[in-house]
Amino acid sequence: MPKVTIDGHEIEVPKGTTILQAARMIGPHVAPPAMCFYTKLKTSGGYCRTCIVKVTKGSAQNPNPMPKPVASCRTEVMDGMEVQNNTSPDLLEARKGVVEFLLINHPLDCPICDQAGECHLQDLGYQNGSEKTRYEFKRREFEKIDIGKYVSLHMTRCIMCFRCVKVADQITDKRVHGVLHRGDAAEISTYIENVIENDFSGNVIDVCPVGALTDRTFRFKSRVWYTKPMEAHRKCDHAKCNGKVRLWFKGEDVLRVTARKDQWGEAEEFICNTCRFEKKRKSDWIIEGPSPISHHSVISTNHYMSLNMAKVEILKHQKALGFIPMKKLDLE
Amino acid sequence: MGKKLLIHNDHVPGIHTLDVYRAHGGYASVEKALKTMTPDQVTDEVKKSGLRGRGGAGFPTGLKWSFLAKPEGVARYLVCNADESEPGTFKDRYLMEKIPHALIEGMITSSYALGAKKSYIYIRGEYFYVARILEAALAEAYAAGFLGENILGSGFSHDCYVQVGAGAYICGEETALIESLEGKRGNPRIKPPFPAVQGVWACPTVVNNVETIAAVVPIVNEGGEAYAKIGVGKSTGTKLISASGHINKPGVYEIELGITVEDFIFSDEYCGGIKGGRKLKAVVAGGSSVPILPAELILRTAKGEPRLMTYESLGDGGFITGTMLGSGGFIVMDETTSIVKNLWNFTRFYHHESCGQCSPCREGTGWMEKILNKILAGKGNLSDVDLLWDIQSKIEGKTICPLGEAAAWPVAAAIRHFRAEFEEYVKNPSSIKDVKHYYRLNNLVEA
Ligand SMILES: Cc1cc2nc3c(=O)[nH]c(=O)nc-3n(C[C@H](O)[C@H](O)[C@H](O)COP(=O)(O)O)c2cc1C
Ligand code: SF4
Ligand code: FES
Repeated sequence: MPKVTIDGHEIEVPKGTTILQAARMIGPHVAPPAMCFYTKLKTSGGYCRTCIVKVTKGSAQNPNPMPKPVASCRTEVMDGMEVQNNTSPDLLEARKGVVEFLLINHPLDCPICDQAGECHLQDLGYQNGSEKTRYEFKRREFEKIDIGKYVSLHMTRCIMCFRCVKVADQITDKRVHGVLHRGDAAEISTYIENVIENDFSGNVIDVCPVGALTDRTFRFKSRVWYTKPMEAHRKCDHAKCNGKVRLWFKGEDVLRVTARKDQWGEAEEFICNTCRFEKKRKSDWIIEGPSPISHHSVISTNHYMSLNMAKVEILKHQKALGFIPMKKLDLE
Repeated sequence: MGKKLLIHNDHVPGIHTLDVYRAHGGYASVEKALKTMTPDQVTDEVKKSGLRGRGGAGFPTGLKWSFLAKPEGVARYLVCNADESEPGTFKDRYLMEKIPHALIEGMITSSYALGAKKSYIYIRGEYFYVARILEAALAEAYAAGFLGENILGSGFSHDCYVQVGAGAYICGEETALIESLEGKRGNPRIKPPFPAVQGVWACPTVVNNVETIAAVVPIVNEGGEAYAKIGVGKSTGTKLISASGHINKPGVYEIELGITVEDFIFSDEYCGGIKGGRKLKAVVAGGSSVPILPAELILRTAKGEPRLMTYESLGDGGFITGTMLGSGGFIVMDETTSIVKNLWNFTRFYHHESCGQCSPCREGTGWMEKILNKILAGKGNLSDVDLLWDIQSKIEGKTICPLGEAAAWPVAAAIRHFRAEFEEYVKNPSSIKDVKHYYRLNNLVEA
């Protein structure tokens, strides 16, 4: 089994493991951020370039460094490989550039975006961005469209990770969802606003790292940090759905149903539209208990209310204050 | 007169037809290879010739061919890259238009060496009339038995197809080309796997430029060693140069690699000097993506040696004082040229042609265009020049395919060698003259 060293941590991994996966095995402190890779989606990754790392030694056999940073999500480890992520200032500067590119055409409308609080771009911007923009031109804009009765598409917020396109290709049976146009005029579309009618179409919402694809049955009902996530399951008739979900409660009401997300924000299992959109009563579900939420997340404020009241207060007033809510807002 | 191997017969009336082409020695390489050589012997001649890819990167062709995976029972393909879309490059068109059989002959001989039963010529959409010329030539070649089953009784069978693209620069990148050829959106693939292992229809594939494939014909006819005698060092053979800009005689020239840049620009055999007797200001030597060099650096290296038309000499000094031979798109600019306006034009092109898959290129190319537009609209700041520099450095090397570099390099080189010109436009907008034009052309500037 090949051994790889990332930021000074050595790990032995199965052949075929990517640098990103190896880094995740070591832990969050060395794992590069990943905006387009998604474990469950084949051919995902390689596009956004946020996960780039510096390979300072190619392998034991060929110790030369790689000439350019590589996408860790698409590069397999070799035995004896040495990689720098957080330990390379050049690399962090390059990543900052990528983050800036992702942000220049993003509307930064977090105060009115449903994704705020669980948005990977917010986290990324907070951890790797600058506080000021250097971009002074008009940002890309699109009309919001509803694609089917469950899903809303705000192309304006899209960062072109192509995960939803892969869901449409790989998870749903009929592909009516893809990419139109080219370059910075490219857009995700269902082609002439075709509706997505498919038992698994709702998963595009979960894979979207930003607020481009949102749940129409949840829109504007609540900020996510006022809801309380609970693990639950039901007996689902759908052959491909195991009925294991995360319910988002406000009081006794189920405001939203999503897939269960792992430590990296990826769905553990994709769920069907019936579970996601049609089962919004508490009695539809067998509740297992509170969901594990990282204490870094603003969503955890609900679990540790007293500790974080100040944080909640600030987040409540963010609109008036006009700044972007950050998951890692730290007051201690 | 330098030796010509590719377009020496371009003036012969009717050379686009098989009969005339045959009368001038055409298809001899097919007969020689199929009847007297093994495929590996053909590859060996190509290796000996030192031929390097003429599409831009200059990768040794024989070596590329030897990387082709040859698993048992799996088809292999040769793909000819006739997408030729790099601004300033038009040599492949000339060759295909004038002597289409030279490419087809090269396709057959090369396919024999690679063991490819099928090959494709992927040609850019705007060259539809050239595609028709190629189709007509293919029909003649089939009728004469140079294509199809059991060619010349050798047991080797081959089919060659022309596929017309829809006119996207990115489809010249070899994996985007393959995607497009397969009927998909022309997006570059993430590598590995490389085409040599998984190319067309997931089968091992060699992608070569038109000129590279055509050069196989004289290499097989005269032998790799004879070919390698032409040129200097690792730049062997002849090269087609598309010469354009402020010169007396723009056009396509076949040169022996190794002539001096000065000779190429000023001699009557080639460009015939600068138009109107004006002064040379700068040259983009290898197609719009390679670094621009000011007159003193294109004529002489930083060491003061005469700059030669070779991969090595043009590359001398790296990107600090050198450039690249690239695809041989040689754009000459006289003293009246505005480097900033020219750069804006190039940048606009790369922005327009970005496929949009990866963030640095998708977002960065448009951003650079907007900043240049702002400067040309008379609204630039000195900090915009630094910002441009920073943006190009953040695109370079971070993208999926080299279009990112192609967009970044011209910006870097223009600032490196002509910073004063940017600063002049910023400090003294009245020197821009046609400000309104830029302001209107692209109403992007908000400030
Ligand atoms: C954006 C981009 C555009 C390209 N366009 C062309 C082209 O029009 N013609 C070409 O021969 N090669 C082009 N290339 C280079 C090809 O990817 C490939 O390297 C070449 O066809 C290999 O052939 P060669 O080894 O014979 O040069 C392009 C590369 C990039 C990144
Ligand atoms: S560098 Fe540009 S053209 Fe190449 S894959 Fe990325 S976005 Fe597409
Ligand atoms: S996560 Fe690797 S490139 Fe996007």
